[in-house]
Amino acid sequence: MQKTYYDPADLRKFGKITEWSEELGNKFFEYYGKVFEEGALTAREKSLIALAVAHTEQCPYCIDAYTKDSLQRGVTKEEMMEAIHVGAAIKSGATLVHGVQMMNKVNKLDG
Amino acid sequence: MTKLKTQSLHKKGSDLANSNRQLEILSNGVFQNGELPTFKNKIAETNQFPLKAKTLEILQINVGYMCNQVCDHCHVDAGPDRKEIMTRETMRQCLEVIKNSGAHTLDLTGGAPEMNPDFRWFVEEAAKVGIKDFIVRSNLTIIRANKKYYDLPEFFKKHNVHVVSSMPHWTRGKTDKQRGDGVFDKSIKALQELNAVGYGMPDGDLKLDLVYNPSGAFLPGDQMAMEKDFKKALMEDFNIQFNNLFAITNLPISRFLDYLIASENYEDYMYQLVDAYNPEAVKNVMCTNTLSVSWDGYMYDCDFNQMLQLPINSKIKHISEYNEGLLEGRNIVISQHCYGCTAGAGSSCQGVVA
Repeated sequence: MQKTYYDPADLRKFGKITEWSEELGNKFFEYYGKVFEEGALTAREKSLIALAVAHTEQCPYCIDAYTKDSLQRGVTKEEMMEAIHVGAAIKSGATLVHGVQMMNKVNKLDG
Repeated sequence: MTKLKTQSLHKKGSDLANSNRQLEILSNGVFQNGELPTFKNKIAETNQFPLKAKTLEILQINVGYMCNQVCDHCHVDAGPDRKEIMTRETMRQCLEVIKNSGAHTLDLTGGAPEMNPDFRWFVEEAAKVGIKDFIVRSNLTIIRANKKYYDLPEFFKKHNVHVVSSMPHWTRGKTDKQRGDGVFDKSIKALQELNAVGYGMPDGDLKLDLVYNPSGAFLPGDQMAMEKDFKKALMEDFNIQFNNLFAITNLPISRFLDYLIASENYEDYMYQLVDAYNPEAVKNVMCTNTLSVSWDGYMYDCDFNQMLQLPINSKIKHISEYNEGLLEGRNIVISQHCYGCTAGAGSSCQGVVA
């Protein structure tokens, strides 16, 4: 029995999700592939966005995949770390901005 | 972290300096237990086995394994300690083939080809033949290595040589990591000197192309996108121009194989290559229109097979016996390293093929 929740080898099996739901799986991968094509944003820019989101989602598969993808596109480690800080800033900002809601509530209840 | 690179695998007496050992590794493990298909079985799926040589278009001559650099990824295992050097006699035999074959491209490589004592003589003689595209693969730093090489840009210009040079990244850190401390700064200076004599201009006749190959255990990205990024960065930072960028995949042999094994990336890298296998790239792999000649005059399907000591499958083996009729249609010699040329958009000494 598998002893851990995540296995790096499972990333290569991602495509197998279509086996249990072919139509939805295929639609997803078609959409996914299209999203990452060169468009108004370059594929390199999209890779950095994906890397940042991979961290905020804390998805180990995505972190592996988009670190490698970024390297393949010539992204430097400094650029990668800055992208992650953008994700982290939004995560912490999203937490802290709720502090206003807390302040509003305090003011209403105990102002 | 950058480190000082000084010795080839041969000099160090490494197990992997032996080509048989490399071929053994490439045939065992994931390819022996059936986890991954062998290259032969993979191309057979699309009825592309055996690969056959077409008409010769590119004659690639390796004039010696001596080099002033000891790069991490080098499939030649080149370095200052390698003494294999082509003689003028073998060069004369090559010249005969250049004159008589229909090849449109002559491609001189090494090591650092400029370190061969007869390099300039060979270039002068070969230039007289009037071949359409005459390439010299220069590592750039050789131009700044010693006073006797300072005039190379002028020499290349005089003979209308097409210069193709390695440049793994537009940043110092990534370049020096792969090629050694100080390589980036010297390469930039050499590129500026090549530009100064007219190389690399958008509409000029003096062609200067760069070769990008990844600095680690990953495949190259899209060639066009990489070229755009390289051009922008080199122009903005150093006012450097060049013509085209070739994105080349590192093949799992020699020093790169040594690195893959030592860093525990070997299996993952082979999976990447097999996952990215593209049957369209197989149609145009360079071994089908190229002949690689070693420093001692033996013929191979490609430079990688030369380093693995896999000679051509033909009755004739040496350039002195060259016979177009006997070589055309021969079966190409393959192993699992060939996946490196068929991944994604494919890879060759001229960049992508699909």
